[in-house]
Amino acid sequence: MTVNSDGLSAQQIAQAVAGGKLSALDATEAALARIAKYDSVLNSFTDITANRARAKARAADAAIAAGQKVGPLAGVPFAVKNLFDVKGLATRAGSKINRDLALSPRDATLIERMEAAGAVLVGALNMGEYAYDFTGENVHDGPSRNPHDPTRMTGGSSGGSGSAVAGALVPIALGSDTNGSIRVPSSFCGVFGLKPTYGRLSRARSFPFVASLDHLGPLARNVGDLALAYDAMQGPDADDAACTTRPVEPVAPLLAQGIDGLRVAVAGGYFQKNVFPEAVEAVARIAKALNATKTVEIPEAARARAAAYVITTTEGASLHLDRLRQRPNDFDPAVRDRLIAGAMVPAPLVDRAQKFRRWYRERVLELFQSVDVIIAPATPCIAPKLGQVTFTLDGVELPVRANIGIHTQPISFIGLPVVAVPVPLEPMPIGVQIIAAPWREDIALRVAHALERMGAVAAPAPRGL
Amino acid sequence: MAADPLDNYIDAVAKALALPVEEAWRPAVRANLEVSLRLARLVDEFPLPDETEPASVYTA
Repeated sequence: MTVNSDGLSAQQIAQAVAGGKLSALDATEAALARIAKYDSVLNSFTDITANRARAKARAADAAIAAGQKVGPLAGVPFAVKNLFDVKGLATRAGSKINRDLALSPRDATLIERMEAAGAVLVGALNMGEYAYDFTGENVHDGPSRNPHDPTRMTGGSSGGSGSAVAGALVPIALGSDTNGSIRVPSSFCGVFGLKPTYGRLSRARSFPFVASLDHLGPLARNVGDLALAYDAMQGPDADDAACTTRPVEPVAPLLAQGIDGLRVAVAGGYFQKNVFPEAVEAVARIAKALNATKTVEIPEAARARAAAYVITTTEGASLHLDRLRQRPNDFDPAVRDRLIAGAMVPAPLVDRAQKFRRWYRERVLELFQSVDVIIAPATPCIAPKLGQVTFTLDGVELPVRANIGIHTQPISFIGLPVVAVPVPLEPMPIGVQIIAAPWREDIALRVAHALERMGAVAAPAPRGL
Repeated sequence: MAADPLDNYIDAVAKALALPVEEAWRPAVRANLEVSLRLARLVDEFPLPDETEPASVYTA
């Protein structure tokens, strides 16, 4: 074997493995070695599935030696947020309580699809408790840490996913996004993240949070890898009631089409308020790179964020009601107190939030008659310090937790596909949302790919390791 | 003893749902409920036609 897999993209690893220049086992051992070396700092992994990974890699190498065709992710190490079922592990979902669950008898659908494409699962990743989190902190497992500055947050709730990818421990990680939990860690950790259209990727055998808002998706250090993982995971699944029956629509072959003819606009109004200068700078750079001079107003975005908040806290409370009754002291107190309050919101207000959601969806979809892409901040700021409770904006002290997701919530509220792209500012990267119409992940990914080729976006090498 | 209508409401709903709310948690539960109700009011005050279907209406 002649290739060292450190620093290679998923595409490069898969090509080297398929071409016999790198064994899947060597690629797997290299990932396990990086995890062993750096995760004492990053705390991104909660479980390492080394035996399983080695067995999978050896089987891939045997298949190649026998002349069998291998998948597009042959030998590519990946890891998943620990709310995905992994056969033989309890699906902890960032909690203490779930550690008492029976061991999962079967992998989540998306793990099965990644492995069917040849990828090798190396472990499960730290996350905020029950995904009700934007910080990446966890009272049971400790915080995942930002590879660019380990004193800073990774963002949540897929914090371990952002950290493991940004720290180059694995080229691809899977996360979940209910209100921003893929896009926020992508922004804080400086990686690419895809939150697909609601219903596009199966959530079967993942621990839920808010059924009507939950999405799963990949994080990676380049757009090609993001598309490769996304394509491998598409397809109907009867085990997820919300999963679309649309046929697979591969995007990887479309990335090089470019962006000629696409109409790009910047989100105005709400999305230009409550932002720090770094978020303004990042959006301006992307707008300039895309020659986007038009601004569109997403109507009633503040109310959309409010409605998403109400639906989240009430559906989340419903999910956890028995655990709140039986084991309240085993929750992170901050999560418990939010959920108890959520259980107390009167039902008519929740119904009105769902009615508003229908109205808002129709108004926003009208915008896509005149634009193809909307760009907006992913987070209002770079990664705050771990434990930071407030920040000061325009002279006003604001709570950090409640404000990290203000720009992501109005978008996932109606399930629009988004690619979060990293703008490599100093001293820390920050993300921008590339938002498209439902089922047009291809457009968001083409724009992200074009920005990458222009050099406007990139996942910076980890500076804190 | 609860001294405020919202505290009375918290007590009543906790009892109806058999949810434990220890005194030490009450300030945080109350603060969170105030935020939820403030945001819910923002939605509540937005006029919608009677015919508006909730997003959760599904296709059989």
